[in-house]
Amino acid sequence: MPRFLSISRHDERNRPAEPPAPELQQRMAELYEEITKAGVVLDMAELAPTSEGTRVAWVDGRAEYTDGPFTESKEVVGGYTVIQAKDKAEALEWTRRFLEVQGRYEPGTTVEVREISEG
Amino acid sequence: MSTVSTAEAVETVFRIESARIIAGVARIVRDVGIAEEIAQDAVVAALEQWPESGVPDKPGAWLTATAKHRAVDLVRRRQTYARKLAEVGRALEDRPPAEPPDADGIDDDLLRLIFTACHPVLSAEARVALTLRLLGGLTTREIARAFLAAEPTVAQRIVRAKRTLAAAGVPFEVPCRAERAERLDSVLEVVYLVFNEGYSATAGDDLVRPGLCEDALRLARVLAGLVPDEPEVHGLAALLEFQASRTAARTAPDGAPVLLADQNRAKWDRLLISRGFESLRRAGTGSYALQAAIAACHAGAASYADTDWAAIASLYGRLLEVRPSPVVALNRAVAVSRARGPEAGLALVEELADVPALRDYHLLPSVRADLLHALGRTEEAGAEFARAASLTANERERALLLERAARAEAAGGPPAGERPA
Repeated sequence: MPRFLSISRHDERNRPAEPPAPELQQRMAELYEEITKAGVVLDMAELAPTSEGTRVAWVDGRAEYTDGPFTESKEVVGGYTVIQAKDKAEALEWTRRFLEVQGRYEPGTTVEVREISEG
Repeated sequence: MSTVSTAEAVETVFRIESARIIAGVARIVRDVGIAEEIAQDAVVAALEQWPESGVPDKPGAWLTATAKHRAVDLVRRRQTYARKLAEVGRALEDRPPAEPPDADGIDDDLLRLIFTACHPVLSAEARVALTLRLLGGLTTREIARAFLAAEPTVAQRIVRAKRTLAAAGVPFEVPCRAERAERLDSVLEVVYLVFNEGYSATAGDDLVRPGLCEDALRLARVLAGLVPDEPEVHGLAALLEFQASRTAARTAPDGAPVLLADQNRAKWDRLLISRGFESLRRAGTGSYALQAAIAACHAGAASYADTDWAAIASLYGRLLEVRPSPVVALNRAVAVSRARGPEAGLALVEELADVPALRDYHLLPSVRADLLHALGRTEEAGAEFARAASLTANERERALLLERAARAEAAGGPPAGERPA
């Protein structure tokens, strides 16, 4: 069964100020329960803001460090999920279900689904 | 922009939801065979309606509702007694029919389906086939291919299993506390059998059939999500995560098995290993948990030489107390030989020489050969390797054993390690 990395991106400068409404939090909890019981998620995490991140590049034979925040791009990676599914269609269906909930809280969220190459 | 065709959407949603749909319907019609047919009917309805109406927002809920309505219709048509109608009324309101109250509050149709498919009234192979079909979403053809059986044989097995459940009047429910442990054993055994069939294919050309391992692992994860308070479920999940983490390292590019000692540990799957440790923390001290703890010793060792064999030998000792078995005793002998030398291991192996259960078990002569070889008794080692080769049904394993027999007889090199683990 192939694995997929779902990379979730959001606009870091325009994050919702308020936590999700109780009703939406409830939906999020239900979705979390659903995916746990379906046994498809191998790993899942939200990332700390880019202001706490550092980019490392190899330039002229030495490491060069750039501290966040990374303001040049509107959307930054905010989280990821590793899904194991029978095929990409199944991974996309789970992603759709995630966005159906998350998109109501943070409308600009996009998710990129990439197959993890094995071997 | 790409779009998903309606037929694809139906298929995908059904694959994700089929076990839950079947489970929900089975609670109404009380028959897993009929439940499966009704679930299929709902898919046909979706294929007819979605192209015109569009894919609904909650396609899984649509399929479930459609199937449940059909189930209720069916029950209505079949049952005319007032008492039955009352039951249908309750089902319509989507409340579980009156059942002995469950003290643990475990109320889940999927769990009911798992316990029913794995009911001890069925033979192990019937439980395996039915579970893969209803819970794993495998087609009869896929199951037949996985177990190298003829498709009609597997189809028959499934039909008979459904009939047996109906004839025995097996209730569609989560067993009560008193029966829970025994019934859970029966479920875990099925998951374990499926995994093992994939992990060390007992027959045929391939050493590993990873598809079956993944199906089993998924079932174990589903179970851990459904009954998080049962330590042995986490024990089994941990064991399978650890075992599966080694899949890529266990076979050479030409398909030949690679012994644990020779495996490239960089190929072990770190994600599965960390999931294994996580599950192990929630596992108790049952037999799966102990096996998982042994697998964890391997997973945590940076190299074969770093393996804590004393810890493994002691875990096998505990396992032997919990679940006495000559195979476990044999594994303990291997661990003892690594911890305290081949002589100590061989003494334990010799004690097993006359155990009837091991008479045709190829790993007994294989282990014995290893230890004899390590002690420089190469001629005896060669004969034992050859005997082991004659006992295994797996072509890849046979080839490896014959090669080692030839090498031992030529009095070549140091022992190459132990059996694939």
